[in-house]
Amino acid sequence: MESKKQRRMAIIASKGTLDWAYPPFILASTAAAMDMEVGIFFTFYGLTLLKKNIESKVAPHTNPAMPMKMPFGPDKFQNIEWPFPNLIMGNIPGFETFATSLMKKTFKKKGVATIEELRSICMESDVKLIGCQMTMDVFGFSKSDFIKGVDIGGAATFLSFAADADIQLFI
Amino acid sequence: MNVNTPQREIDCQGLSCPLPILKTRKAMDELSSGDILRILATDPGSVNDLTSWSNATGHILLSYSEEDGVFVYLIQKR
Repeated sequence: MESKKQRRMAIIASKGTLDWAYPPFILASTAAAMDMEVGIFFTFYGLTLLKKNIESKVAPHTNPAMPMKMPFGPDKFQNIEWPFPNLIMGNIPGFETFATSLMKKTFKKKGVATIEELRSICMESDVKLIGCQMTMDVFGFSKSDFIKGVDIGGAATFLSFAADADIQLFI
Repeated sequence: MNVNTPQREIDCQGLSCPLPILKTRKAMDELSSGDILRILATDPGSVNDLTSWSNATGHILLSYSEEDGVFVYLIQKR
């Protein structure tokens, strides 16, 4: 095993909603735990995942197939799929916050880590976190908005890392 | 003393992917070569996940069993 070349994974995280925040951090932390070298390039809405305080919400409006279930009560009640049409309900003020709260409670109950926990583990395990300079300029972020240890770069920075990667994912 | 007496045990019951793997990794980092880690988990996915993790990292999955929905793993550090 020692003689094997270290494998590398390169991820582009382009989305900032709660549901899309999970895959990059789950895969990156797990890959690091499997001795891989990992880098994540945060671009467009994904860049918000580098902010000190992650404010990601789920967006029911753009996820019409998202099941709407309650995180409390007996199993039978929890398994009810509520007939809230996300396309319509998603437009009601406060529904996004409500759906986000339900999802976070369900995750906690099912023993799923929070985004913040997974991100901390990524940082502890030396996952490279690269923020996209162009997106920062467009949305008006500065490096001080982000957690410590973030590198800033552009397409060429990511590509030079990804060119030698065994796994490349666009999320 | 049984040769497979674990030096350390971690309880991952009730935790979902990828926490059992991440906690296993963290515990393994604190052990010495040859030490055995005992892991308790309830995530059914952990069977394939811990097998894959052991293969990828070179640690040795000595055994796993299931008792009443609880998976018990013994992994030896390489």
